[in-house]
Formats: sequence, C-alpha cells, structure tokens
Amino acid sequence: MIKAILIFNNHGKPRLSKFYEHYNEDTEQQIIRETFHLVSKRDENVCNFLEGGMLIGGSDYKLIYRHYATLYFVFCVDSSESELGILDLIQVFVETLDKCFENVCELDLIFHVDKVHNILAEMVMGGMVLETNMNEIITQVDAQNKMEKSEFFPFFSFSLSLYRRLSFSLPGRTGRHRPVLQERPLVPYQL
Amino acid sequence: MSPSVPLQEMIRAIRSARTQCEERGVIQRECAAIRAQFRQADNGGRSHNLAKLLYVHMLGYPAHFGQMECVRMIASPRYSEKRVGYLGAMMLLDEKQDASLLITNSIKNDLSNSNQYIQSLALCTLACMGSAEMCRDLAPEIDRLLRASNSYIKKKAALCAVHIVRKVHDLGELFTKAALNSSCCEYYFQFISYCFWFSFTVPDLVQIMKGLVISGYSPDHDVAGISDPFLQVRILRLLRILGRNNEAASDAMNDLLAQVATNTDSTKTVGNAVLYETVLTVLDIKSESGLRVLAVNILGRFLLNNDRNIRYIAMTSLQKIVGTDHNAVQRHRGTIVDCLKDQDASVKRRALELSLALVSASNIRSMMKELLSFLSSCPPELRSQTASGIFNAAERYAPSQRWHIDTILHVLTTAGGDVRDETVPNLIQLITNTSELHCYTVHKLYRALLSDISQQPLVQVACWCIGEYGDLLLTGECQETEPVQVTEDYVLDVLETVLQSHMSSPSTRGFALTATMKLSTRIRSIVSIYGSCIDVELQQRAVEYNALFKKYDHMRAAVLERMPVIEKNSQGHTNGETIKESQTVKVKPGEPQQPANQVQDLLDLLGGLEPTPITPGLTFTYTHNELQKQETGRDF
Repeated sequence: MIKAILIFNNHGKPRLSKFYEHYNEDTEQQIIRETFHLVSKRDENVCNFLEGGMLIGGSDYKLIYRHYATLYFVFCVDSSESELGILDLIQVFVETLDKCFENVCELDLIFHVDKVHNILAEMVMGGMVLETNMNEIITQVDAQNKMEKSEFFPFFSFSLSLYRRLSFSLPGRTGRHRPVLQERPLVPYQL
Repeated sequence: MSPSVPLQEMIRAIRSARTQCEERGVIQRECAAIRAQFRQADNGGRSHNLAKLLYVHMLGYPAHFGQMECVRMIASPRYSEKRVGYLGAMMLLDEKQDASLLITNSIKNDLSNSNQYIQSLALCTLACMGSAEMCRDLAPEIDRLLRASNSYIKKKAALCAVHIVRKVHDLGELFTKAALNSSCCEYYFQFISYCFWFSFTVPDLVQIMKGLVISGYSPDHDVAGISDPFLQVRILRLLRILGRNNEAASDAMNDLLAQVATNTDSTKTVGNAVLYETVLTVLDIKSESGLRVLAVNILGRFLLNNDRNIRYIAMTSLQKIVGTDHNAVQRHRGTIVDCLKDQDASVKRRALELSLALVSASNIRSMMKELLSFLSSCPPELRSQTASGIFNAAERYAPSQRWHIDTILHVLTTAGGDVRDETVPNLIQLITNTSELHCYTVHKLYRALLSDISQQPLVQVACWCIGEYGDLLLTGECQETEPVQVTEDYVLDVLETVLQSHMSSPSTRGFALTATMKLSTRIRSIVSIYGSCIDVELQQRAVEYNALFKKYDHMRAAVLERMPVIEKNSQGHTNGETIKESQTVKVKPGEPQQPANQVQDLLDLLGGLEPTPITPGLTFTYTHNELQKQETGRDF
C-alpha cells in the first residue's frame, strides 16, 4: 500500500502532497521536511530506495524516489508493494503529466495543483495502484475535463478547444520553465 | 469560471512575497477573504475559494474552516464544484471529524448517478478516507457497482472494496461472490488476496498467466517487449498468497513459475521486475527444490547486476530466505561482502544485515575481519547495529576465548561510543569466566587505556580489570603478550587521569573509584604476602603496614599523607644508601597520595575520625630511624 505521495523541489517546498493515511497538519509538514532532508542528501548515482524516516511509520516503510530536474517525486510505500513496480509507476506518472501539460515543468505543477491531483486520482486510489496505462489515464482525464468545461460553455463547442489551449498555457511563463523531463535523460530510459 | 484563474492569481501573489512574514500576511488576508465568502449564501466563485484553500493547506497553514464548505460543494449539482469538493474532502476531512459523516449521504447519491465520472469521484473519496461506519453503510452500493458492466467503474469499485475490507474485515464475505463472477478485471486480484479460500481459482490464474507469457505482441499492454508486465506482477503476487501453506495450489503453479523464470528477458528493468516477483513467489510457496535453486540463482545474477537498485532488492529478498536456505545464500557470500564497500548507504545497510546473518562457525574469522574493517569506515547510523551484530556473532561462534576478547576490545577501541549499555557487564562477565587469560586481558586493557581514554565503555572495562587484576599487572610477567613494566604509581596515575578527565562520564568515574579502592586491598594482600618474606627489612615493613590497615586504620590517612619538603642533607653517603635501598625494594606497596585523599574523603563520609595533623617530626610505634622515614618519603 502506498502511504503518501510527495512532490517537492530542490529547496524542499512542497508542490504536491497526498497522504493515504490520516495525519494531522503539523505531522504532515514534518513528514515533508524530514523526507526532504533524507532525500536531498543522496548522491546522483545511488539507488532510489531509502529506508524511511521515523515519522511516517516504523520499519516496514520505505521511500522510493526519483529526481527529475528541479523536482523530487517521492512515494512512501510499505513492504507489500514491489519496489521496481513503484519506480516504473513514478515514470508513468511523470510521462502522463508530460502529455497532459505539454513539456511539463515545475511552474505547471505550481499553478495547476488541482489538475495534478485529478491525474493522480486516476492512477492511485486509496493507496493502491489503479491504472498504469498512460493512454487510458489520459483518455479519462480528458473526458472529465471536457465535462467540466461543458458546464461553462454549453452552446459553443468550438470555444472548448480554444479555452483548453488557453488554460494550459500560462501567461507570463518566466523563471523556472525548464521542462521537467528533458533535463534528465529519461525518455530514452530503458523501461 | 473554472477554478484555475483566481487560484493562479493567488499563487502568483504568494510566490511574489519575498519573506516568510510577507507570505504569512498574504495568506492570512486571502484566508480572511475566503472565510467571508464562505459565509455568504451562494456565489459563483465557490470552487475557486475552495481550491485556494486547498493550496494554502498544502503549504502547511490551517484550513479546517473549509470542511463544511466541502460538504456543501459535494452536494452541489455542478461537476466542477463536486470535483473540488471531493478533493477538499480527501485533504481536509478524515474519519475523526464529524463532518465526514455528513457526506455519506452525498456519496450514496453520487454512487447511483448516471454519470460515470461522478460515480468515480465518490468511489475515490470513499477509498481514501472512508471510515468504518461509512464503509458499512455504503457496502451494498459498492457491491452493486462491482457487478456493473462498465469496466472503468468496476476497477474503481474493486479498489474501493479493498479499502472497505481493510477497514471492516467482516464485509469481505459480501464481496467475494461478486468478485468470483467477474473475470476480466485484474484489480480484483489485489482485493481477493484478502479472502483466503480461493484455491480453486488457481488453475484459472495459471491459464491467464500462461496466455500472457506465451502470447504474441499486443501493443496496448506491451512495455518494452514484455506483454502487460503489471498484470503479470499482480497475478504472481496473488499466486504467492494463494500458494502459501497450500500444497495443492503450489503444485499447480510450479510449471508456470519455472516457465516465467526462464523465458523472461532480464536485460530490461521490466523483465527484472517480473523475475523479481517470480522469485518472491517461488520462495514463499511450498515449491520444489529445483525451483528454489533456480530462484536463488536468479537472485545471484541480480547481485552481480550493475544497477544498484537491482542489487538492493536482491539483497532484500536474500534476507528473507537466509533463515531457510542458508547454504544457497552462502554461495554468494563473497559478492555480499563486497557490497559492504559500496558507496551507497542503502546498499551498505542491506549488505550489513545479510552479512551478519551469514556468519557461521566455519567462516567466522574471515567474516569478522571484513566486519571489523567495515566498522572503522561505516556511516555513523550503522555503527551501533554493526557493533551489536559483531558481538552477537562473536558470542555464538568464537573459536577461542582469546580471539573473542580481542574482537571485543577491537570493537570497543574503534566504535566504543556506539555500543549498547549491556556490553560492559557482558564483557566483564566474559573476562571473569576466562581465568587463564586474566593477565593477558589486563595487559591489553592497560595499554589501550594509556593510548585513549575517550571511549567510555572501554575505559569502564579497563578500570574494572585493573581494579580486579592489578596485581597481575604489577608482577610483570605474562605468557601471551609482552609484559608492560609498570609500577603502582603508573597504574594509579592512569586511574587518576581517568577520574579527572572531562571526557569521563559519571559512571566511568565510579568504575575508576572502585578500582582504586580495590587496588588498595589488593596491594594490602601483597603487603601481607611479604609478611613472611626472608628479607627482614621487607618483612618488618609488611607486617607494620598490615598493622596499619588493621589496628591503626584511623591513622592510616594521616600517616600516609604527603611528605613535607625534604631538606637537602649534606651527607653524601646517606643519600647513596637511601638510593640503594630504594632500588632493592622493587615492590613497594605504598599508598600514594590519591587514594589516601580518597580514603580520607571516604572516612569523612563515613563519619570517621578526623585525621590528626602531622608534624614532620612525629614518631610512632614503628622503629624506623630517620633515614628510613626519609626514604619512605622519597618513595612517595
């Protein structure tokens, strides 16, 4: 079972935090800080598995993480999940984000947290892996977004596509807009 | 309006704050505005406000005032509001809040909604934060959805059912019938693992699995040449659960597992993932020995892989079977011991645990060498584990007492600060048991103490040993190691250094104090030995010192106080005589200042008599002449 999914940047600021078990707010922030401390000390070429910290659970839990450009994607899992499977799941998640927001970068995650939550909800539900096929996930997410937009523009279907293009491109994209995936050699990553 | 735009503006405002204080100010203003808007009856912007609140919650600020708003939004007929409402419910509500019960009815209505996406929202929320009561109420609904024709909903309902069964175990029975009827959904498998009586479905699963392994290329589910690896992994995991402790089921899957193990391509990570699951399954069920050997060989191949991840999981799996298939794992001992030198801390930890498990009577010496060199270079968080592991191994398999003591001393000198508290008494008990090695031990400890007094456990043991066997140290002979030339002064100096060092903890000082007192007794016994010495001079001294202990104890402190400054004598030959005398009396069991002071202190504590002040010219019942008194003084 997946206990928590965290995304934070190289300075420890949380970009997404999803807990599948209840902790109160202070504990959640502490978990994020502690995970950041553990993960940021790691070298680039060591393995992606960390024995977990003390806060998020005892000896059964491990942290499986990947570092892309400026972001760390950390999944905290217990022993019933396969480590290599979760590693591949992180890859699928990032590739899905890449497809949904063209050339996803950190700013996309900052300004569209709710969309990222929606995508994640299609992949992991209740701490268990729901869907791992990228195309399937994207189809469902697109259909849901379409439904949402049809509530706002019921009569003008062509403006749907217009709106869609507008909503995914940010005005004034400045600063950290390095694409998440292209910094690291991930697409030719051997799956 | 979609919730995105005002949310983005707020996010931009928060990010433009340059200090933590400014950010807090911005967020407080926004929260106040949101709270005011929540209180208003109905406005179009409800979803933006909740989205903003959720963002603020992620940053760590309190957001509990949004809970009722979540409940209201979930009940709204619009999809966008429902979506944000459910997201809010997942983040802000939990089973301990009362508000969570209020959404039960909304969820129930949404579960029967005609729109599958609304149903999926409800299922998702229930799976994330459903409490036991909610689960009980909504279980029949989930059961109905499990039989639905829509596979998208079926999948989600299955996972929701998993959550329900986890929360309320009795409801498992309710769902098994539904699960049996459906065959296409792989997510049932995870859920079925909670119900243990499905042995007859093993042939079905084996059939499906065979199809996947043998079948040709299917582009939908293919990942790098292996068809639907996620499904394969799932099925393998379920087979593992079904086959555990179940002979019949295990037999049925033996062939399949052998086939998967040999046919899967292990050059890509996906292949390795499937192989890994296969290995875990083989090791868990009651498989035949040939299959187990195959599994351990696969793990051995993983150990030699360049990818650290693969090595890590290989060691994790070997750890699980080292108890049962000890010999098989021993074959890979060399590789595992090499992994101790890897730079990666996770790999080192795994290698350490595995190495400690692999220590046996035959390889104890070589393994211990490796472990001791690891101890000197290992990361600090692993030191105490290594030290205790070494102690356990040494206790179980020590080839000789001397080797055992040497090993323990080595650990204490290298990592003394990280050993557990009971190490000291254990070691002391061990030393007392090996009476023939007392001399050797005390010599070694004395040398160790001379070089370094910062390692507390070592110092404690050393003090205790010197206190007990200090006489052996002074006799200056030892078969096993070169004797060290000491006099009591040196020994007591060392103890004094320990007592006065700022590095010594209170318990260490206690040890040193006790040792010093013991030495006084030991020395007393030496004194009494010399009571029957041939040399009359020695005999006389010995008897008189013994009397000092026995009858004139109250004066002992006074007698043995520091001598006053001795004025230089003009007679040259007297000095020569004194020097000669002091040389012949090698073993001079004198009471130096330090213990005398302490005796004094102790006497004070015990309410003893006050020491009478000494004047240099005081004579006692001894029949010493002036010269000898001076001589005695010089020895101090």
